[in-house]
Amino acid sequence: MPRDKSANSEAYLRMYRQMVRIRAFENNANQLYLNAKMPGLTHMYTGQEAVAVGICEALTDEDRITSTHRGHGHCLAKGAELRLMFCELLGKEEGYCRGKGGSMHIADQAHGNLGANAIVGGSAGIATGAALSAKRLGRNYVTVCFFGDGATAQGLWYEVMNMAALWKLPVIYACENNGYSEYTPTDEVVAGSLTARAEAFGIEAHQVDGQDVLAVNKCATELAERCRRGEGPFFIELETYRYHGHHVGDINRDYYRSKEEEARWKADRDPIDNFGKWLQSEGVAAKEELAMIDSEIGDEAAAAVKYALAAPYPDAVEVDMHVFKGVEHALPYMSGERQ
Amino acid sequence: MTRGITLSQAVNEAIAEEMRRDETVILIGEDVAEAGTPFKVLSGLVEEFGTDRVIDTPIAEPGFMGIAVGAAMTGLRPIVDLMFGDFLYLVMDQLCNQAAKTHYMSGGKLSVPLVLRTNLGATRRSAAQHSQSLHALVAHIPGLKVAMPSSAYEAKGLLKAAIRDDNPVVIFEDKLMYQDKAPVPEEEYLLPLGEAAILREGSEVTLIGTSSMRQVCERAAEILDGDGIGAEVIDPRTLVPLDEGTILGSVRKTSRAIVVDEGHQNFGITAEIAARISEKAFYHLDAPVIRMGAMDVPVPFSPALEDLTVPTPEGVAANARALVRGVPVHAP
Repeated sequence: MPRDKSANSEAYLRMYRQMVRIRAFENNANQLYLNAKMPGLTHMYTGQEAVAVGICEALTDEDRITSTHRGHGHCLAKGAELRLMFCELLGKEEGYCRGKGGSMHIADQAHGNLGANAIVGGSAGIATGAALSAKRLGRNYVTVCFFGDGATAQGLWYEVMNMAALWKLPVIYACENNGYSEYTPTDEVVAGSLTARAEAFGIEAHQVDGQDVLAVNKCATELAERCRRGEGPFFIELETYRYHGHHVGDINRDYYRSKEEEARWKADRDPIDNFGKWLQSEGVAAKEELAMIDSEIGDEAAAAVKYALAAPYPDAVEVDMHVFKGVEHALPYMSGERQ
Repeated sequence: MTRGITLSQAVNEAIAEEMRRDETVILIGEDVAEAGTPFKVLSGLVEEFGTDRVIDTPIAEPGFMGIAVGAAMTGLRPIVDLMFGDFLYLVMDQLCNQAAKTHYMSGGKLSVPLVLRTNLGATRRSAAQHSQSLHALVAHIPGLKVAMPSSAYEAKGLLKAAIRDDNPVVIFEDKLMYQDKAPVPEEEYLLPLGEAAILREGSEVTLIGTSSMRQVCERAAEILDGDGIGAEVIDPRTLVPLDEGTILGSVRKTSRAIVVDEGHQNFGITAEIAARISEKAFYHLDAPVIRMGAMDVPVPFSPALEDLTVPTPEGVAANARALVRGVPVHAP
């Protein structure tokens, strides 16, 4: 862990808070699922918090991200609010997508989040296109494409990585390698090394401990700055771990992953615990202060859940709205009714 | 003032005019720059707009389609060139899961203003993977608009409207028509999406022909004229939105309808339009609505076989005659 004492403690505490906020969000989302209060299901980001927070801390609201089916962490780290996130998870009108997207499609344009994506690897093109816009329109933003190790098996990524390298686009491909491609160990689906795949396109590749928020942040900050100077694209492989199964309903998973392995990661490499200990040892915050932060965010999350549960569903009239931009109701429009 | 220009020139003019008007419009696809595509439709554009805006890509349809979607979400208005309509299968995820759904899934926050230009049409002796007419695939997907120009005039006006539209629009050009000339105004014009054209008036049967099949219907109408049968010809111009009002108004007048389209007949555009007529104008009908699509076989290479798969003016006229004379087209 880099120990740059001159860096300001405000940023450290912000990162700590953001990781705790993601953990609290996911714990509540899991509980909503278990209590049958959430429609559908969801994919927990728990355990991977340092990746989203370390990277998004290096970005501004102008910078763009694309996210994945396991995307709550990215959304929150990029600035989303707990209340509107829970509203979306519960299909409420006030949610980020007016309840039309749900857990796997949260988009938050105001903070540069171009949306989570339920097609594994499906956003690689979108992120690369956002980088093309930056270059073409002379805007200085960076785009980070989050995806998992499972997505590296999809062909789209190689096609767009080739073009990003040819055109020197300001995009960072951030692969969160959590060791499992849905229900299959990654070793069984990845031949060779992931960094070598990026390097084959002449793209500079980095490997970072995804449980170490400061290491992630340092790498992302450097690469984002280099992207702004026209040195992109880049690839980062972040070693991390997902505490839950593939989704909230994937509970009996001994057949692909042992309880011992899970316990080991939680005990030794929890990104929040370890960063909390470091903050204490460096004198940035006392144990009690951190406990206070945990408790405040716990209360904030509980209040957000309560708010979202009470929030109204969208009106039925909305069902054929937002199909087309500039068209109020799609059904009569598609039958030729003049707008 | 009008002058005769080819469909290819009309497309080229539409793109050039829109690129001059709006800096955010870009062209992206395989061999769109110096090569100007295999059909030479885009020749000259890279010279005027440069390689920053006329972007040659590797042969990677899903990749450049995905990039166009992301670019459209962030301030550009890409015109994607998909060299053959048959390659639609390659871009389906980016087009149908991403572009089509982004506006809806984001509750209206994000939008994808892009145009996917591609083509359709058999009888070019190009066999089963370069001859398909796959517009029904995309017309099925909510969130996509679908335009089917049937002449240089439609091609220019619809394309300009599509480029200015804030939604993903797929335009199918008939690759056999690229060299067909038609009168096109010198002045700027746009054709709104969702307005059908009545090309010929008649009182006994309505022939609805999309894209390449418009000419087939017009020739059928001429044949029928010789038989003393008045056929009305309608070009829907766009499938999404579909100008039902014009189609239903005509059928209510003529009481008979034949829908002709070059996509496969089964589960296709002809079935969709026929169903809407049957549902909404049933009590005005004197005869069943007839579908005439491409034969439901992969497009064969041999000219002796390929020509059998596409509706012909003679075939359309024969069915129209049968309808008007009260003879069943399909034996019970």
